[in-house]
Amino acid sequence: MTLWLILAGNSIAFGGLLFLLSAGFSLIFGLMRIPNLTHGSLFMLGAYFGVSLISRGLGFWPAAILAGLGVAAFGALVERLLLRRLPGAELAQVLVTLGLSFMIADVCLLGWGGDPISIATPPELRGASRIAGLAFPTYRLGVIVIAVVFAAALWGLLEKTRLGAMIRAGVDDPAIARVVGIRVSRLFTIVFSLGAGLAGFAGVIGGPILSVYPGLDQDMLPLALVVVILGGSGSLVGSFIGSLIVGFLYNFGQAMFPELAYVVLFLPMLVILVVRPQGLFGRVAP
Amino acid sequence: MKRLALALSLVALATLPLWVGNSYYVNIGSQILLYAIFALGLNVLVGYAGLVSLGHAGLFGIAAYAGALAINHGANHFVAIIAALAATIAAAAVFAVLALRGTGLGFVMITVAIGQIVWGVAYRWISITNGDNGVAITTRPRPFGLSLTDAPNFYWATLIVFLLAVTVIAIFSASPFGASLRGTRDQPRRMTALGYHIWLIRFLAFLFSGLWTGVAGMLFLYYNQFISPQAVALGASAEVLLMVISGGTGTLLGPIVGAALVVIMKNVASAYIERWNFVLGAIFVAIVIFMPEGIVPGLARLARWCLAKLRPQVTEVSGAAAPRPESGL
Repeated sequence: MTLWLILAGNSIAFGGLLFLLSAGFSLIFGLMRIPNLTHGSLFMLGAYFGVSLISRGLGFWPAAILAGLGVAAFGALVERLLLRRLPGAELAQVLVTLGLSFMIADVCLLGWGGDPISIATPPELRGASRIAGLAFPTYRLGVIVIAVVFAAALWGLLEKTRLGAMIRAGVDDPAIARVVGIRVSRLFTIVFSLGAGLAGFAGVIGGPILSVYPGLDQDMLPLALVVVILGGSGSLVGSFIGSLIVGFLYNFGQAMFPELAYVVLFLPMLVILVVRPQGLFGRVAP
Repeated sequence: MKRLALALSLVALATLPLWVGNSYYVNIGSQILLYAIFALGLNVLVGYAGLVSLGHAGLFGIAAYAGALAINHGANHFVAIIAALAATIAAAAVFAVLALRGTGLGFVMITVAIGQIVWGVAYRWISITNGDNGVAITTRPRPFGLSLTDAPNFYWATLIVFLLAVTVIAIFSASPFGASLRGTRDQPRRMTALGYHIWLIRFLAFLFSGLWTGVAGMLFLYYNQFISPQAVALGASAEVLLMVISGGTGTLLGPIVGAALVVIMKNVASAYIERWNFVLGAIFVAIVIFMPEGIVPGLARLARWCLAKLRPQVTEVSGAAAPRPESGL
């Protein structure tokens, strides 16, 4: 019983991490209509940035924030210099993100080597906390708190601010949003950069749990894809619920059917695709 | 002129092992041919149906794994090949039913996800697939008692399968079914209005594409006598898609040229630099941004333009268009 409870706690923490990763993915998909195949690479890039910053003596949290900002700047560059050149050609944009993901992976391999690097847990969150008689790693609780804080902040941004209203308008109907004077192309840069930054930040936050290694990008990208297919694109609630579901599927799948963990992970996605192609909370079919 | 070029390139292809000599280069020729079959199969979807699949390495891998497992369980090669192709077509049917829930980017995303499942199974289901270590086979088939163990013989066998694939796909694309498939790509609504069953047409195209992907997968297995999850990964799907797109989608020659380009680049590049993935990604980005139509249509346009410039002076120079098919080597 305790094992299951701890597994459930881990699943929620992993779901929180996935939310940080996939919220941006979902927004980019909702607004720009492209599955950003560099998203896993941005996660990995952020984690490697964090490793370098921490090794230069920076604390964990400043490193995480700086890495997020660095990846956000990189994302803005990618959007302005590459994706902007292919307006309206979504397929070409996807292929560019795919090409970029190979380049990023190779650069990371060159820069940081092929060995897994673990990021030390920040000292204030080391050890275990007791909740209802169960020992649970404090850091994972911290990840849950961070995810909830970010979810609230993103919700506030999208629902309560002018920028958020513009983004929602762009997601719902880009053509009409343009007609009423919203500069949708600038929103593209903002959202892509925001999503990239979140992914980079998540990379550092995930570091103490997952560590950083070549191939991390390929491990995370499918998870983000599944979250968005399950939850529906462009929906914050969708990516939150989707992340939790995937967190549970992934952890319980690993524990119960280690050889078929991937099948356990992807089967619900396939069921959703057949039964409800727009995802649980999606408004338009992808 | 076109016939002459075709005949010349056929002769060149058939005699390649004789004038190349070195078995290293003959093996590269075999690789190009087997990847060309793979790219031609994917092109049925990408080019003619307008459906971009990023999960085809999954089908490729299913064929190779099914073949390898059948052989290692004592099946003879004929049975193994049939079993592998049957498994691939069955898998393609499942892929198609799921992926055709979406079109456009939905289709891309679903194929990525399914491809990753296949990869995950190949990588994790160690009791069946031997995980990261892959599955090896010890023999190549001996059709009509001919051994395929040396490079030239294997090359010729691959060439025969390749020519069969080109012929069948050429007939396919010229057939009324091929025309209706292109119709579903360009004018799905009009095709529906005309009474065509778009879903069924796309489904059958997917199976047809899967068949050739499976054939290529079996050739890959026999070429390497080994299959590992690496051949199933997203990178492999991207590589074959790069072949189709760089060569030119929706043409017969494009995927062949693209396959030659990528295989040669890969072998040349990996001889000089370690960073093949970086080069692959960079070419991908460059081609999508600067030459979105692909090399073959791009060169064809260039050749037409040159011809139009040259025609008033010398008619002989129209042979300048001939190098195109030759570059398929």
